[in-house]
Amino acid sequence: MQGKLLRKYFPVFVLPTAIVFAVIFLVPFITGTYLSFTNFTTVNDSVFVGLSNYKYVFTSPQFLYSFIFTLLFTVFSVISINVLAFALALALTGKSRGTNVFRTIFFMPNLIGGIVLGYIWQLIINGVLLKYGYSITSDPKFGFFGLLLLMNWQMIGYMMIIYIAGIQNVPTEILEAARVDGASYFTTLKKIILPSVMPSITICLFLTITNSFKLFDQNLALTSGAPAGKTQMLALDIYETFYGRMGYEGVGQAKAVVFFLVVAVISLLQLYITGKKEHEA
Amino acid sequence: MEKQNKALALLKIVLLTVIAAAFLFPIAVVFINSFKYKFDISNSPFTLPLGEAFAGMENYINGITATGFPDALLRSLFVTVFSVAAILFFTSMTAWYIVRVKGLFNKIFYYLLVFSMIVPFQMVMFTMSKTANLLGLDNPVGLVIIYLGFGAGLSTFMFCGFIKSIPLSIEEAATIDGCSPLQTFFLVVLPLLKPTAITVAILDTMWIWNDYLLPYLTVGHDYKTVPIAVQYLKGGYGSVDMGAMMAVLVLSIIPVVVFYLVCQKYIIKGVAAGAVKG
Repeated sequence: MQGKLLRKYFPVFVLPTAIVFAVIFLVPFITGTYLSFTNFTTVNDSVFVGLSNYKYVFTSPQFLYSFIFTLLFTVFSVISINVLAFALALALTGKSRGTNVFRTIFFMPNLIGGIVLGYIWQLIINGVLLKYGYSITSDPKFGFFGLLLLMNWQMIGYMMIIYIAGIQNVPTEILEAARVDGASYFTTLKKIILPSVMPSITICLFLTITNSFKLFDQNLALTSGAPAGKTQMLALDIYETFYGRMGYEGVGQAKAVVFFLVVAVISLLQLYITGKKEHEA
Repeated sequence: MEKQNKALALLKIVLLTVIAAAFLFPIAVVFINSFKYKFDISNSPFTLPLGEAFAGMENYINGITATGFPDALLRSLFVTVFSVAAILFFTSMTAWYIVRVKGLFNKIFYYLLVFSMIVPFQMVMFTMSKTANLLGLDNPVGLVIIYLGFGAGLSTFMFCGFIKSIPLSIEEAATIDGCSPLQTFFLVVLPLLKPTAITVAILDTMWIWNDYLLPYLTVGHDYKTVPIAVQYLKGGYGSVDMGAMMAVLVLSIIPVVVFYLVCQKYIIKGVAAGAVKG
């Protein structure tokens, strides 16, 4: 009964969102996909060129370099962030004094925007390297580890909060029973805590993977790819292809499609794994 | 044993304090340097602004005039508040309709919204910003509409998840009592959505306030938001005025920290809840 009454209200409830969504996201997505098969400088002057943009993308040394750089960065940052965040979560679960103050401090960097974070760490890292006569752009390694440090600083608190929520869901009776049975801390951790926080681990892994893989603002502010594109991650490479010089918009759009497909595969994998976990539970 | 435990607890506190200090250190360094001359910032960033190095408020005056910071701050506030309000208002209505009214269009629309969540911004940045220019959306009000388009996915998805758990009988009782669908939604359903609305509001506020690329590509330097103002200082190929930069960084961090300390409870809860659902 209610559904029938409501049906007439489609223009009020759905239409505004649908129109804005179509104009702002859907149409640009479709035209973007089409433009990746064309050469263009504005949307109106596109000439169909088949797969030639994609051929260019997969033979572009900068794109392949950025891809590997991004993958490597993602692996390092996912592992370091999750290990450190989980350790802090273990230390900060429970009611001991000062717990809240620590949580507050560790989470705070997450709220600061990527551009601001980039310049904060540029100052710190350049300050340290100054003593040895270097700057962050003198070697790609500095940029790589600078980004890693920045990303850890930003994301550890966020992941810690999710891990704490997971650890708090472990039933206290089970922990109590383990304690009475004389289980060591590490046995409890391995046999009880870790298995029951698996859902949190999955969430955190995917959040850190996608955030690291799609990193842009921090990259732009910290090194903007210097020296010579050697710290340029994928998102920044796409941006530079579009706006860095004229005539490569089609290639930029093709890079963006490839980038989208990789991100989509990661997201579908996440959906599949979390879906499977929920069925098991 | 007791003594050993106490020692361990003390060690833990000491260790955590050291880590906390390390977390605060970068912000403290930026704050200290905002009162030093640019020469001293570049050459000795870890010293205090004493004596000759103390620049007073000079960096703040330079930074504020170079970036038009107060305008940027107000603009960021405007865009964030109205975008979040628009997202909450329109998507909560849409979500309720999609869940309660079955139909092919609703189903397809829902999956398209979910799909939009996994599409990285780079995929649509060029065509979207051209569309925005074409439609005259290259201004702060336009940004609100654009954020509604990009924020609709996550928000509708989360509202839908919650609405599915609301028993239909509550709404049917309202209908029997003579409520129109609009009354049912705003008087009965909307108040129930509060927890999800808070989560969505927190996640979207963090996103929109800090977003750089989307506003930069649509409104550019005509209507600088805070992140654009910060990046603007770097300019083209010239060297950066590090003093002004430090001052602007401090000014950008202050509102975020105030917001965080005021809404901390909601932010932590929202982040934890949002992660579980998203």
